[in-house]
Amino acid sequence: MSAVYALYPDPDAAQRAVNGLRTAGVAEADITVMSGEPFEEQPFAQRDKATWLWYIACAGGFLGLTFSTWLTRMTELAWPLQTGNMPIVAWWPNLIVIFELTMLGAILATVITLFITAKLPRRTPDFYDREVTNGKILVGVQNPSAANLAALEQALMAGGAAHIKRS
Amino acid sequence: MSEASSRKLSDDLLRPLLQTSWRFYVLVAFLGSIVLMGLGTWAYQMFNGFGVTGINNPIFWAFYITNFVFWIGISHAGTLISAILRLVNAGWRRPVTRCAEVITAFALMIGALFPIIHLGRPWLFFWLMPYPSSRLIWPNFRSPLVWDFFAITTYLTGSVLFLVLPMIPDFALVRDRTTGLRSRVYGMLALGWQGTPKQWHRLESAMSIMAIAIIPVAVSVHTIVSFDFSMAPVPMWHSTMFGPYFVAGAIFSGIAGLIIAMAALRKFLHIEEYLHPVHFQNLGKLLLMMSLLWGYFVFAERLTVWYGNESAEIQVLRATQKGSFAPLYWTMVVVNFVIPVTILSIRKLRTITGCVIASCGVLVGMWLERFLIVVPSLGHKYLPYSWGTYRPRPVEILITISTFAAMTLLYTLFAKFVPIISIWELKVGEQETHETALQRSGRALGEAHP
Repeated sequence: MSAVYALYPDPDAAQRAVNGLRTAGVAEADITVMSGEPFEEQPFAQRDKATWLWYIACAGGFLGLTFSTWLTRMTELAWPLQTGNMPIVAWWPNLIVIFELTMLGAILATVITLFITAKLPRRTPDFYDREVTNGKILVGVQNPSAANLAALEQALMAGGAAHIKRS
Repeated sequence: MSEASSRKLSDDLLRPLLQTSWRFYVLVAFLGSIVLMGLGTWAYQMFNGFGVTGINNPIFWAFYITNFVFWIGISHAGTLISAILRLVNAGWRRPVTRCAEVITAFALMIGALFPIIHLGRPWLFFWLMPYPSSRLIWPNFRSPLVWDFFAITTYLTGSVLFLVLPMIPDFALVRDRTTGLRSRVYGMLALGWQGTPKQWHRLESAMSIMAIAIIPVAVSVHTIVSFDFSMAPVPMWHSTMFGPYFVAGAIFSGIAGLIIAMAALRKFLHIEEYLHPVHFQNLGKLLLMMSLLWGYFVFAERLTVWYGNESAEIQVLRATQKGSFAPLYWTMVVVNFVIPVTILSIRKLRTITGCVIASCGVLVGMWLERFLIVVPSLGHKYLPYSWGTYRPRPVEILITISTFAAMTLLYTLFAKFVPIISIWELKVGEQETHETALQRSGRALGEAHP
């Protein structure tokens, strides 16, 4: 995989580079931005904000609720044992187990979805620069076409980059 | 945030990971030997049976269950406080959250160990797990002990994930700042983190959802621990207020544990620049509030029992307030209420030292509170011929001491291998402070030159 990118000292410069790449005709999805911290206020950070994570967490919770309702009821009926004058299927104590497994379902669904959508875990990324964790912001394009290269470099330089890097 | 300040912040907080003092090895060796002693004592108890402990009829729950409730209480320091502060977007939480969340994970592990230590045959602990045994008998889901299993498992899973997820970007930072084997190990832990906007969004959304999910779970855990007592018709246990009383006590002792841990980190890791006196003052205010709440619960509990004048309960009340348990009871009142309220309500005394003194007292007091819930009630049940006393033997005392050493050891090792303050969250905080300052100066300029 090849890439052309530049590192910027602040989010405003990174935003100028992103704008420059857009003007140069690079599609939004082809622009890569990496930073050592989230920049919620910057327009370049608004991409990919929409997520189904909340709904998936609710679905995970519902799955936990269904499973635990089945588990508690089934086990009590499988070996009907009178305990403390409670009915065989005792909903009050069952609610405790149902609640815990509902929450566990929601938590696990959230984490699994996070890993899948953020593409984690994976091996050390091939397109990356260690300077990102030192406070620099990486803006670049992966697999650029040779014909476009000069325009891309010009757009990245216009953002205020000291020099262009390739990987 | 400028590149230079970002670099300085990373350097300061990664220093404990990259530089090791001889004191670290001495501390680890010292704590490790105490933990080994505790493990040896446990093995001795397993080999010789429960007769080597002071646990006997009628007091079958003593030090071990006291420790179980105490450590589960301490675990409320982290995830619950961190989740609440995260949801209300308290800016001062950033240096505090990870220090707190670690306490939860380790305290829960230690707490969950005590019911197993308390089993006569600890190797059969898996009978608690919800699966059908060879005779197709499932655990009885109507038993509070099985509720504990579900509650602690859920809370531990949620807390560990809540702790680990925000560590991924920091692992990436360590990966990028180190070389060789260390870089490879942290690279694996970083899971290939790049820091794209999509990854940041997903991480922050996941943390928000988990913060919402973990708060009711944390409350439920200590409520369910209280059910171990309140479901039993034992004098002064069978009470509807035990749930909230236990939750309040857990948060109380949890905050105290957090203050002590933060003060130790600040001193030994030299991170005074990041853990400011204001963090201790804010936590001190929370501790003061919880001390008052604890006092309210104790008053409500005691008044109800005294006014009800039910003979069995009155015996327990007398034993704790005037009888053989009175010295422990009044010590508890002094260190849980009198000292913290005095120190923390006076602004001049609400310093780091003041908060630590109050917190040390609270930890002692809360351990005593758990002991005074467990032992006097079991020793004074409804029929006087079954009354009894309890005196701990060296086995319980050594195991108890070793768990405190285990907690300190685990915390020390964690602080050695993982940035104890979330670096990326601190950078976000700095960035927000910078933006707010810019907005303010812009507004001031606008007002000066309309």
